[in-house]
Amino acid sequence: MLTMTNVKKVFRTDLVETHALRDFNLQVDEGEFVAVTGPSGSGKTTFLNIAGMLETFNEGTYQLDGEDVSHLNDNQRSKLRNEKIGFIFQSYNLIPDLSLFDNVDVPLRYRGFDAKERKKRIEESLDIVGLANRMKHLPSQLSGGQQQRVAIARALAGNPRFLLADEPTGNLDSAMAQSVMELLKEINKKGTTIVMVTHDPQLATQATRNIFVKDGQVSEINDVVAMHVANG
Amino acid sequence: MFGYYVKLAFKSIKKNPLLSFLMVFAIALGIGASMTTITVNYLMSANPIPDKSEQLFYVQVDSWDPHNAFNDESGDPPNQLTWTDANNLFDAQKAVKQVLMAKSGGIVVPEDKNINPFEVQIRLSTADFFPMFDTPFLFGSGWDMAVDSKLEQVVVLTKKINDKIFGGENSVGRNITLAGQNFKVVGVLDSWEPVPKFYDVNNGAFDEVEDVFVPFKLKETLELPSWGNVNCWKSPDSEGFKAFLRSECINFQMWVQLDNQEQQSDYLMFLDNYVSEQKSLGRFPRPMNNKVSDVMTWMENQQVVEDDAKMMMWMSFMFLIVCLLNTVGLLLAKFIGKSSEIGLRRAIGASKGQVFQQHIIESATIGLLGGIAGLLLALLGLKGIESLYGDFVKNLISLDFTMAATGLLIALLSSVLAGLYPTWRACNIQPATQLKSQ
Repeated sequence: MLTMTNVKKVFRTDLVETHALRDFNLQVDEGEFVAVTGPSGSGKTTFLNIAGMLETFNEGTYQLDGEDVSHLNDNQRSKLRNEKIGFIFQSYNLIPDLSLFDNVDVPLRYRGFDAKERKKRIEESLDIVGLANRMKHLPSQLSGGQQQRVAIARALAGNPRFLLADEPTGNLDSAMAQSVMELLKEINKKGTTIVMVTHDPQLATQATRNIFVKDGQVSEINDVVAMHVANG
Repeated sequence: MFGYYVKLAFKSIKKNPLLSFLMVFAIALGIGASMTTITVNYLMSANPIPDKSEQLFYVQVDSWDPHNAFNDESGDPPNQLTWTDANNLFDAQKAVKQVLMAKSGGIVVPEDKNINPFEVQIRLSTADFFPMFDTPFLFGSGWDMAVDSKLEQVVVLTKKINDKIFGGENSVGRNITLAGQNFKVVGVLDSWEPVPKFYDVNNGAFDEVEDVFVPFKLKETLELPSWGNVNCWKSPDSEGFKAFLRSECINFQMWVQLDNQEQQSDYLMFLDNYVSEQKSLGRFPRPMNNKVSDVMTWMENQQVVEDDAKMMMWMSFMFLIVCLLNTVGLLLAKFIGKSSEIGLRRAIGASKGQVFQQHIIESATIGLLGGIAGLLLALLGLKGIESLYGDFVKNLISLDFTMAATGLLIALLSSVLAGLYPTWRACNIQPATQLKSQ
């Protein structure tokens, strides 16, 4: 599903070079729920941005769903993002002056679906996150947890193969965080591959696999399921 | 997607009402000022008779002072004719159609005793005036050439005067007393206000059409007064009306219809021959300098569009540019304020092209709103000009469909232009940096 081989990312300014990723190697298989943890500045977010094709990289190869994305131009990357990837951000990133319906509609518009198809998908995805009855509401009328659910609905509406979540529970209290996690697990069970960056080890353990990033490299891969089985 | 982008544009405008108002207002001010001056220039320089303007020619011959040109700068011949030359050239009947004209005036005494006598402007003309200039008739028609030569006392009224004297009824066949004489009405013109009043720009290019039309040659027999510009390079030989007509004073205009190049060359040759003949009689002391000018050339020659008006127009364009530069700054501020939204849209699938379209349509929408407000300001501006200059510019202050459409188009194009740089900046926002910073 996702294969990064020797990926290198360097941020350069006039004075300093920062190696955000160095020889980053990772393979995520279809249907996995991978939690990425690591200290601040370790390169987790850079990895996620490259995985979501929001940033380019300097060296190495990256294959998404069997397609080498290293040489795609900006338009091709936009199209691929729209079709294959759903994003969930820490601060929800909903557009405040659009209703929930219109927020979920955004990626579908760029996909080119007709009005009927868009309506069906929006209603379905809001139903999955339990907000079908609040479609006309504005984001400001919802709690943080509900807003994150809308963001998940937006990510799901395009029926992506792959969900990228950057600290999806970072702004939520523990009860809401757990409820969002349950939702993500449910989505994963239905076959969507999820890669989630998190600081919270408690949440990370709920993923099917953990990876630990340090100094821009994958330093530890921990199969949570195997661990759970081993622990009885 | 166009409808979606328009919807987003209106949402964005509503989201920042103050910023949006400032942009719309800036564009409206620029468009208002530009459209006011463009309208005045456009109407000043409009082709008043587009179907025929290349076949109608104003006639000039140089009968002026041997020591001083009529126009030192251009060296052009006098802008009017003497009575003698006007009649000689007309009587030769060398053109397809020809008309002699002069401005005069007199008192009308209506039959209806309830209406007080009043003064009217008279356009003395010959029969071809009406067919040459395509004048619309409400009742009756003009007169024929036989009327000119028989010196019959007939009159064509404008609609305004017919309304005043006859209450708008068909007055053909009825009589009016004009300049102490009895005149029979043969026609009533429908509304006709050529702008500019091309057939006589010497006497107010933007004046209203005269009130009544009577045969030119009656000037001599009825001794009708000379209104409008009269210029003389030497005094008449003696006192009195007849002596004025025989003098070298110019007060008369002549237009001819020449349908092709050959007719134009022939007519110029005729003028040269006429002047040579007059030279042999001791007139026309200056070098040969005859001209025929078609309608638009004549308008330009007579500087119907004044330099001041042109300068005002260019200054208003400069003002529009200043307004647009302000709009560029405001749009930049607005679009940078939307960075996180743009970053999000890019992240979830919008291409740079789609972001560009969305924001250029937002710029255009602001421009269109500015254009509509600008047209209202232009109407106010034109009203202001009317109140400053009064009737003199009455014919120059209407905003027609073409001008309204032009105003909106300028607003649209200039706002798109103003939006290019801010939109380009918006397209190049890096989604990765914006998503984390929200």
